[in-house]
Amino acid sequence: MLILARRIGESIVIGDQVEVSVVDIKGDQVKLGISAPRSVPVFRREVYQAIQEENRRAAAAAPGALPRLEGLAMRDPRAR
Amino acid sequence: MRVLTRPYGEIDLDERQRIGLPWGLLGFEDLHDWVLLDAAQPPFIWLQSLERPEIAFVLIDPLVFRPDYAPNADPAEVAGLELAAPDDALVFVIVTVPAEGARMTANLQGPLLINRRTRTGCQVVSTDPRWGVRHVIADELAARRASAC
Repeated sequence: MLILARRIGESIVIGDQVEVSVVDIKGDQVKLGISAPRSVPVFRREVYQAIQEENRRAAAAAPGALPRLEGLAMRDPRAR
Repeated sequence: MRVLTRPYGEIDLDERQRIGLPWGLLGFEDLHDWVLLDAAQPPFIWLQSLERPEIAFVLIDPLVFRPDYAPNADPAEVAGLELAAPDDALVFVIVTVPAEGARMTANLQGPLLINRRTRTGCQVVSTDPRWGVRHVIADELAARRASAC
């Protein structure tokens, strides 16, 4: 892993389309600014992993066992 | 078109039920071709992969149990959908159905936005700290009933 020291206001460039800059540092927290094209998704690692993991759980769930939701006001989402 | 579905086997579906997810879903980035179909148990909807018949997700309109829900995704993430108006977006969340079916949860942090005109969608990450990946739908409904009294 490449390790670089940067100060507030400095940045690093990855390839020709991604730039990561250090916006602020407070205690043990660093605020980063990231500019990247739309084709490069940027996520906090833990959020990305949580959603990925939940998608896998959802896909593995039993399809035959869809229960009824009691006390539900029915509406058609496509009628919005 | 004839489609092999995980919940109902091979069935006839309309071409207009077809949805493109150019970036797939997180963890399923290579699956781009899908169909939406009503589940036999409303208000659930199935999102069925056309490329892998064994892959299907249960979706629900989050407003059914969280009338205050809004995806609040980074505008840059939604830009790829080319929404001409906010009304063009259909919002669904993915439901996880455990084996016993009792404590179904919905992922409000990773909603699925679909442009109803282009039938193109993407899963976005909500920046709203209220939304997590496992909201128990029954609890949300109970909380809503309690607050209505």
